[in-house]
Amino acid sequence: MSRKVRIAQLSCGPEYSGVQKEIYDAAGAVGAEIFFPDIALADVERAVEEFGLDVRSADLKLMIARGLALVDGKIDADGVFIGTCFRCAEAAIVRNELRRYIPEHSRLPVVSYSFTERTTAGTLLTRMEALTTIARRRALLAREEQTGITMGVDSGSSTTKAVVMRDDEIVGTGWHPTTEVLKSSDSAVADALDMAGLTREDIQAIGTTGYGRFLVGKHLGADLIQEELTVNSKGAVYLADHQRGASTVIDIGGMDNKAISVIDGIPGTFTMGGICAGASGRFLEMTAKRLGVDITELGPLAMKGVGENVPMNSYCIVFGTQSLVNALAAGSSREDVAAAACHSVAEQVFEQQLQEIDIKEPVIMVGGTSLIEGLVYAMGQLLQTEVIVPPHSQYIGAVGSALLASGFIKGE
Amino acid sequence: MAKVFIYPATSLILSDLVARFGHKPLGAALGIRERIQTAGIDSPPLQITPEEPKRGLKYAAVEVPSGVRGRMAIYGPLIEEAEAAVIVTDADLAFGCMGCARTDELILFSLRQSDIPILELNYPANEEEGVQFVAAIKKFLAGLPNGDEA
Repeated sequence: MSRKVRIAQLSCGPEYSGVQKEIYDAAGAVGAEIFFPDIALADVERAVEEFGLDVRSADLKLMIARGLALVDGKIDADGVFIGTCFRCAEAAIVRNELRRYIPEHSRLPVVSYSFTERTTAGTLLTRMEALTTIARRRALLAREEQTGITMGVDSGSSTTKAVVMRDDEIVGTGWHPTTEVLKSSDSAVADALDMAGLTREDIQAIGTTGYGRFLVGKHLGADLIQEELTVNSKGAVYLADHQRGASTVIDIGGMDNKAISVIDGIPGTFTMGGICAGASGRFLEMTAKRLGVDITELGPLAMKGVGENVPMNSYCIVFGTQSLVNALAAGSSREDVAAAACHSVAEQVFEQQLQEIDIKEPVIMVGGTSLIEGLVYAMGQLLQTEVIVPPHSQYIGAVGSALLASGFIKGE
Repeated sequence: MAKVFIYPATSLILSDLVARFGHKPLGAALGIRERIQTAGIDSPPLQITPEEPKRGLKYAAVEVPSGVRGRMAIYGPLIEEAEAAVIVTDADLAFGCMGCARTDELILFSLRQSDIPILELNYPANEEEGVQFVAAIKKFLAGLPNGDEA
């Protein structure tokens, strides 16, 4: 059995929030162990002075001292988990600055989270899995070329995608709405194989990702079952042909959003989540439905409109929909409403998530929502940069899985 | 004997002083260690469950961070029970400290709002101040109902 990945926890408030056990459980579920860097009390104030961030909470001072000890190499760790209470401004400042400081001054992967008493191990699982993968599988993540015949399946919350690759090329794709997880997966796989002109027996290795990755992975006998943060990062830089250097990957999904700062194809810092469904692809689906257009038509429609003409705030999907109905009732055009909905989603992702990572160009948008050009345009406007949407961007997780799975072909 | 809330609640020195003068110290009875190997500087000895932050809603609104509410679930009842309080501000970490400054603000405010005798002192910076510090605490505690001489 491989050595446990040691994750250093820098935190303020998890015990008194009653969630420390959830952090332990999430780490334990992915073969990692949490530890608290051993610090001398006498070193705490000195470290705070050295760091230069004058905070009042003693636990935040302790976080800073531990962060500096990790960077200085006084304490060994494979990864860092930074957690503080949600809604604490003082803690948010320390959390953000440490999240930036540690990767800049070391090779340690970092994940951060602001918790409430309702945070569960399940919520933290994907983040912990990504953290341990980056620590444990650097060699696998360094893979830049797909070899042999492999298949990737992305069992997402809205859709299930399958991709068959052969000798570094996509030769088959399949896409189905996620209804029954295994049935949707079987349908997507069948379509991808059919398009590739291959059978299951021809496939040399399989990778799965997405919410249904464990179930589908077991069903297909997958060689690699991997969370979507690392897989999507790989898929994005591979498809965008930007495997070396820095980039930023944005995936606005059906149920949550991911913003990942990538270096040489490996996630550095990332955030995952969204305050409300109002910042997800689901809101755009609802908008399309209300406007009486297919989701594929929403993007072109939005490009004809002016979002500023319609006041809309999608922080909550219910109020966002209310804004939408009100605007239409007040005589706003469908084009303007479509543009406003796209801007609203992009703005929320920008405000809630992109502030938490360092945006480095190129910015690559992936996932099904990257095909909504109005959304891509809105994001580009907010970031004041050209956003790249690579070919097959909607299959990103499946492509990343197929690429990484080729590392499991016998003899590789 | 009076029930005396001590701040910092983790100060073993304050706890000991209060007990020596015949009163009951109300605090966390946690020793701050020279080396910190726990999640926080004042980690609780037992696992706190997500129920505590909910109980803390009695003392702080839902928009207050869960860590503050979890702490208030522990300290709030002690403050309600307290008949007097000794508050030492700007203390050295080793004297006793609490991990969350926001909770500290709420605890001190709650104490000042309650109608109980309070002694507020700055942490002494030198030996002379240290002597005056102990003398002031002694005088305060001796003046409380049924206080004993150490």
